[in-house]
Amino acid sequence: MDAILLQILNGLDKGSAYALIALGLTLIFGTLGVVNFAHGALFMIGAFCAVMLQRLLNLSFQTIDESQKDFLGNPLKVDTPYVEAWFGPETGAAIIDWSVPLAILFAIPIMLLIGYVMERGLIKHFYKRPHADQILVTFGLAIVLQEIIKYFFGANPIQTPEPSALRGSLDIGVMIGFEANAIIYPIWRLVYFAFAAVIIGGVFAFLQFTTFGMVVRAGMADRETVGLLGINIDKRFTIMFGIAAGVAGLAGVMYGPLNPPNYHMGMDFLVLSFVVVVVGGMGSLPGAVAAGFLLGILESFASTTWATTTIPGINQIIIYLVAIIILLTRPRGLMGRKGVMEE
Amino acid sequence: MSNNELTRRGLLRTGAVAGAGVALPTIFTASSAAAYTNEPTGGTVTLGFNVPQTGPYADEGNDELLAQQLAVEHLNGEGDGGCLNTFTSKALKGNGILGKKVTFVTGDTQTKSDAARASAKSMIEKDGAIMINGGSSSGVAVAVQGLCQDAGVIFMAGLTHANDTTGKDRKANGFRHFFNAYMSGAALAPVLAKEMGNDRRAYHLTADYNWGWTQEESIVASTEALGWETVNTVKTPLASTDFSSYIAPVLNSGADVLVLNHYGGNMVNSLTNAIQFGLLDKVANGKDFKIVVPLYSELMAAGAGENIKGVLGSMNYNWQLDNEGSRAFVKSFGEKYGKPPSNSAQTCYAQVLLYADACERAGTFNPCGVAEALEGFEFDGLGNGKTLYRAEDHQCFKDVLVVRGAQNPTNAYDTLEIVEITPVEQVMYPPNHPMFGGDEATLGECNPGA
Repeated sequence: MDAILLQILNGLDKGSAYALIALGLTLIFGTLGVVNFAHGALFMIGAFCAVMLQRLLNLSFQTIDESQKDFLGNPLKVDTPYVEAWFGPETGAAIIDWSVPLAILFAIPIMLLIGYVMERGLIKHFYKRPHADQILVTFGLAIVLQEIIKYFFGANPIQTPEPSALRGSLDIGVMIGFEANAIIYPIWRLVYFAFAAVIIGGVFAFLQFTTFGMVVRAGMADRETVGLLGINIDKRFTIMFGIAAGVAGLAGVMYGPLNPPNYHMGMDFLVLSFVVVVVGGMGSLPGAVAAGFLLGILESFASTTWATTTIPGINQIIIYLVAIIILLTRPRGLMGRKGVMEE
Repeated sequence: MSNNELTRRGLLRTGAVAGAGVALPTIFTASSAAAYTNEPTGGTVTLGFNVPQTGPYADEGNDELLAQQLAVEHLNGEGDGGCLNTFTSKALKGNGILGKKVTFVTGDTQTKSDAARASAKSMIEKDGAIMINGGSSSGVAVAVQGLCQDAGVIFMAGLTHANDTTGKDRKANGFRHFFNAYMSGAALAPVLAKEMGNDRRAYHLTADYNWGWTQEESIVASTEALGWETVNTVKTPLASTDFSSYIAPVLNSGADVLVLNHYGGNMVNSLTNAIQFGLLDKVANGKDFKIVVPLYSELMAAGAGENIKGVLGSMNYNWQLDNEGSRAFVKSFGEKYGKPPSNSAQTCYAQVLLYADACERAGTFNPCGVAEALEGFEFDGLGNGKTLYRAEDHQCFKDVLVVRGAQNPTNAYDTLEIVEITPVEQVMYPPNHPMFGGDEATLGECNPGA
């Protein structure tokens, strides 16, 4: 029982990242009708926003410490971050320690701007082109973006650790009556799940309870009619692209402490996220979120020792296997609408 | 009868004259016509450096390339000479190789076997490379080694740790300076026994490809020989980025040691995940839980950051190794590039110098002459201490380093500390060891190509 609970928890956590990326993908597809293969790159850039802020906060001046030697035997150059010099060692160190949560504030304007520039500068020229063209151009863009990141940050992963107060793990099992060490779970993974829930809830609330969201939903259902009512739906859709980029970016910022960012991390998530979107149903926001969590949980269970010994290799194919079964039994996905990508 | 005799003698005489006539031009032109692949004819000799320049191991490849360039400089008499001053063989004079200036071309392996073969092929066929060196994966090493064998050039492997490279896939034209998975197990075992005791239960997470399997096999064998029990061995897909679902069940498995048979990004992420789950803070079976990473590299250590603190592993070389050759190499590399060399950089540097030295000692670039000069060659002064290039399998034998993630690093390069230098005798094995292909494994015949 404890093992099952542990894997459900782990699946929800894995699914958080899938759901956040798939939510952004669906927002873009549902509003602009564009299949955005650069969405994984936006997730990766979000993670590198945290890296960038960490580097900025660690900008240092050097002093020579004659008592210590470097690897060549020369006096050691000691780096002291400016923030520690300005705010005192303790406050400065605390600011650096909290660089990942602070990066949320740093990433929001950057991601909105990147989303806006991407949509206005490139993607809008492909609205009326076939999906194959959209896929090619956005996939190319993803490669360009990841190579730019690699040029500046290298190919090696870079640690963006969580604040020390949120490091370590919680013995959740003890809290709910199990033995000690039965259900141990990292604190930051719980934070990530809660964060994903807030973002997903926020996006749904924004679309459901604001006039802007109502117009966007109307535009998603019937773009032409909304346009005929004199509403500039294109402008609103551009803003939605920016919001989708922001969601992907924030997912990336908070993901950094789980697995250190590297330039390729967007591609690692891209195919999975598309599977999530297809399983959820093209254009369906609740479908994307539900499928994200469902596939996360299934993947988690498929990785257990019991599963891999019963069906060797199941952990590698489970997501695609489920996708095949869903598409055979429900060709529009779990919550897909009629007419989407069927014309 | 007499007619027959005369005819036979006549035939023999005619045959001998004709044979000599046919052979004569070859004898006189053997050194100028292609006696072997890419025989240098001008004033230069071209080496091919095949390293990952793109993809996830690009930083490691870049470090290899820096070391290879440094080696070329030293061979051509530029810079401070580095290990030419400490190398026990004094055949190299800093005037190139056999009087020819050394030039090089580079290829991008992308850490993919097919791409690596294509780039090596291009360097051999288009650029005239006479030797291929570099790489950071065993899959690539085995693939390129096979290509070099067929093409008739020498392959001086870079970072390759799988037993197979000099085991079942050994080749007469291929040579490995780097250590292997068996040696990691043999070197680590005594240290593990000393630090963790003989009554431990190990849980292995293993990258699901050739290198991972051979490392798992080697570590399981050496730890079980200590008396450890192997609780479980779980294969993880190479493309995995998050290992939480594999780490989560470890604590409940009855294990008290986690062995991560992962390399590169896999290792950085799996170790990060294991630390997040707080494994190192736990007590299992009445003992402190421990993590072991059998193969370390400096770049992985940098990627894993603080997570490697106290975690044991092994290395082929570390810049902190205190011997004459190591000091000379670190000084040369550090002053030129502003950072200490990684162990993949050191192995490539040593391989280039060893190849050049073998050519000088053999007096030829002919791969078969070079191979003969390398076989059974004993040397020192390249950073690893006394080393033997074993003739039977073309594997280098030298001391192996057991290292631990530094508890209190003083700078960005001080990520690992040397725990023990395991003497070479402890990591030796017979050439027909079952993990290395057994009696069936052979080098085959040297191929000079052309």
